[in-house]
Amino acid sequence: MIPDMSPPTAPSPRILLDAPRIDRILRRMAHEILEKNQGPKDLYLVGVLEGGDLLARRLKDLIVSFEGVEPPVGAVDVTLYRDDLSGRGGPVPFLRQSHLPIPVDGRKILLVDDVLFTGRTVRAAMDFLIDFGRPSRIMLAVLVDRGHRELPIRADFVGKNLPTARDEKVEVDLTPGTEAVYLTRSEPSGVPHDQ
Amino acid sequence: MINKILDTGAPPFGPHLLSVSGLSPEVLTGILDTAESFLEVGHQTVKKVPVLRGKTLVNLFYESSTRTRSSFEIAAKRLSADVINVSPTQSSVTKGESLLDTVRTIEALGADGLVIRHPSSGAPAFVADRLRCHVINGGDGCHEHPTQALLDLFTIRKRMGRIEGLKIAIVGDILHSRVARSNIMTLSRMGAHVRLVAPPTLIPPGIRTWPVEVYHRLDEGIRECDVVMALRLQLERAAGGYIPSVSEYARLYGINADLLDRLAPGALVLHPGPVNRGVEISGEEGFAERSAILSQVEFGVSVRMAVLYLLMGGGSEEASPDKGGKE
Repeated sequence: MIPDMSPPTAPSPRILLDAPRIDRILRRMAHEILEKNQGPKDLYLVGVLEGGDLLARRLKDLIVSFEGVEPPVGAVDVTLYRDDLSGRGGPVPFLRQSHLPIPVDGRKILLVDDVLFTGRTVRAAMDFLIDFGRPSRIMLAVLVDRGHRELPIRADFVGKNLPTARDEKVEVDLTPGTEAVYLTRSEPSGVPHDQ
Repeated sequence: MINKILDTGAPPFGPHLLSVSGLSPEVLTGILDTAESFLEVGHQTVKKVPVLRGKTLVNLFYESSTRTRSSFEIAAKRLSADVINVSPTQSSVTKGESLLDTVRTIEALGADGLVIRHPSSGAPAFVADRLRCHVINGGDGCHEHPTQALLDLFTIRKRMGRIEGLKIAIVGDILHSRVARSNIMTLSRMGAHVRLVAPPTLIPPGIRTWPVEVYHRLDEGIRECDVVMALRLQLERAAGGYIPSVSEYARLYGINADLLDRLAPGALVLHPGPVNRGVEISGEEGFAERSAILSQVEFGVSVRMAVLYLLMGGGSEEASPDKGGKE
């Protein structure tokens, strides 16, 4: 989450969104979510670990402050459903614990992630949720949509569309106090990252 | 972002699991946390995850086993891997095929992972040096049983909430116990105080260099312990020759409800199984709520899922030869 400021080869990251702007964006998104779902009934927020977790909880807090009703919030680690694990050499990451406080059956799931890029993570998250139960619908909210989709996936709620080059990197930091969205140009070696 | 997690979260674990000796507290904790996530898979509508789809695990057991083999089999199947069980009594081993020829044949059949249990200490390491697939030690002679130690660690953490600072007594046939050897390493590395309780003849030579306290009397050894781990008297490894009689051993070193109530009332009781009822443990119904023996079996599946995922979940194509990748 913390942008890498140090390497001399990489230019320093550019701030695309600062804390007040992120705050205004999230307020708008929370209103949109409530408007489209006609209130918080049956809404179930599920953050995609790692980036979507904090974001889902921020949106939950806003929904509570607007409506006085607290929707359940979960978090999923989609590593086991990724399609690029066995394609990469070397070790796989330890898992973080997915946490779904109540069953997903019949609920309106709002998947929350920080950056929408190729769409592969979202595909993995949907497969995860469907193995877990049968939601009545799944929606997607992202803070940043940076384009370059590789699957037919689109977000229902977008904080900000940010056109980027494929080899650039978008980093979202939602740690209270240092919230920002950064854009980093990749190193000259230019190894394209996969997700 | 995900790619960042994949870059930085890669554990220094693998390509084989032959011993627990190289595993740092961080890696052990990572394995336990991963196992914790796999407990959840048992609660899903679809009790399977696709992470090892298209991979093959072979169980090669030169010694009898109920729980380890079936636990690995269930774990692999929940990860969507294909599992083949090879037992020497029904294979070409009875025609005199050597260990090396057998495992090379298994690898040539397309195995990505091999779980091996063998009566000779070091057999899994011997095999791992000569194969490119992932090798997991399912217990070798009197040497090590890494997945048992990991599941014991997991069971203790799950039931007691922590490992650090706990007093843990391992009681019984330490001399022949691969479970004890692996457990001593993992438990002491995670900050537990390990005591060994056994007659002098069943304590291995060279014990002074281990991070343990040795007791020869059961009442002293388990006094105020948080966990009591009983070991099976391994009569098939001639443990009977080291004690005057089984009944005397049972009287002096058997765990029962009365003893626990008196000396370690809150202690969790573990046993790697199979239990010689009336020898290491008697009257389990008297301390049923403190017995973790079936929890160990249940948690064993999650822990083995974690091990299989961490070893075999990654790629094989680009893996360098020293990573155990194929081709």
